[in-house]
Amino acid sequence: MLQLQELISYFEDSGLADSIRENDVLFPLIESVHVLSICLVAGSILVVDLRLLGLASIHRPVGRIISGILPLTWSAFAVAVASGSLLFISNASKYLDNGYFVAKICLICVAGLNMAIFHGFSARDLLRWENNKAPPLPSRLAGGLSVLLWVSVIACGRWIGFTMQVR
Amino acid sequence: MIEAGLSEFSKWLAATPLSHTIQTTGWIIPFLQTIHILSVAVVFSSAILVDLRIWRLLECDVPLPEVARRFLPTIWPVLLILLTTGSLLIVGEPRRSLLNSTFYLKMALLAFAIMLTAGLQRSMSSSPNFWDRDRARRIAARFTATVSILAWCGILFAGRWIAYTQAG
Repeated sequence: MLQLQELISYFEDSGLADSIRENDVLFPLIESVHVLSICLVAGSILVVDLRLLGLASIHRPVGRIISGILPLTWSAFAVAVASGSLLFISNASKYLDNGYFVAKICLICVAGLNMAIFHGFSARDLLRWENNKAPPLPSRLAGGLSVLLWVSVIACGRWIGFTMQVR
Repeated sequence: MIEAGLSEFSKWLAATPLSHTIQTTGWIIPFLQTIHILSVAVVFSSAILVDLRIWRLLECDVPLPEVARRFLPTIWPVLLILLTTGSLLIVGEPRRSLLNSTFYLKMALLAFAIMLTAGLQRSMSSSPNFWDRDRARRIAARFTATVSILAWCGILFAGRWIAYTQAG
């Protein structure tokens, strides 16, 4: 725990963190990139989720949707993590004290877990049902849970801004 | 002259009961902003998915008009949610937007992006191979897609920047 705190203060005291904190343009600029990438993550994963729920793109096999859309989701997620980390180190200890920030990180981990369970178990026999309008229950649940989780992630993200003075 | 008028209007709007409720109920503004940004995510992603398909970066096994038919129509009803939540946010904090040039930049970009997206949708629903007839058309399609990506990104950037450029 102590080591984690040292690591965090190492980043927080770095010149990079200092520039992001003090520069008038840098913080909003990184924040804009963060919002943009999060929008792409949420919007593109929604396409997959709605297909799993049998609510959209029903004429397309699930496997095609996954291979067509998820690369964009992952690329956007990488940008979101990179920009989010930069915002985080600028005020690391304040973010860690904020309940909505901690909740947001936990929810992202749960979303990852949900996805891993889907790919590892529910999608094993994907080829048997991917042309069906509505996939089997575990996959539909994965889609529904994913929608709820990403909505909550975005809500937490917005609430951080109202419960914590960043600058 | 216009600025004085807008200032007066903002003052009047901020004094309405609706504005008062939004200002004094702590959760309303973050709640509206959450709905707003979720809707932005849907509109933005729909437009970008079609633009990236024009660049042949995803869903290449489906014809472009079909991708457009799947994603672009979603934009219009969600835009109404954006308009509603956006208007309520302005009622809650009129000066934040109405006296802020970044807000007008966002609205101008939005008007442009709407026309561009509606144009794309119409062109493909009236003639499916509209953007695929010859080399010049395909280049024009990529140019349009690039302009569309830039316009939508500009809208998101301006939206975030409103918070940093508001009048004191």
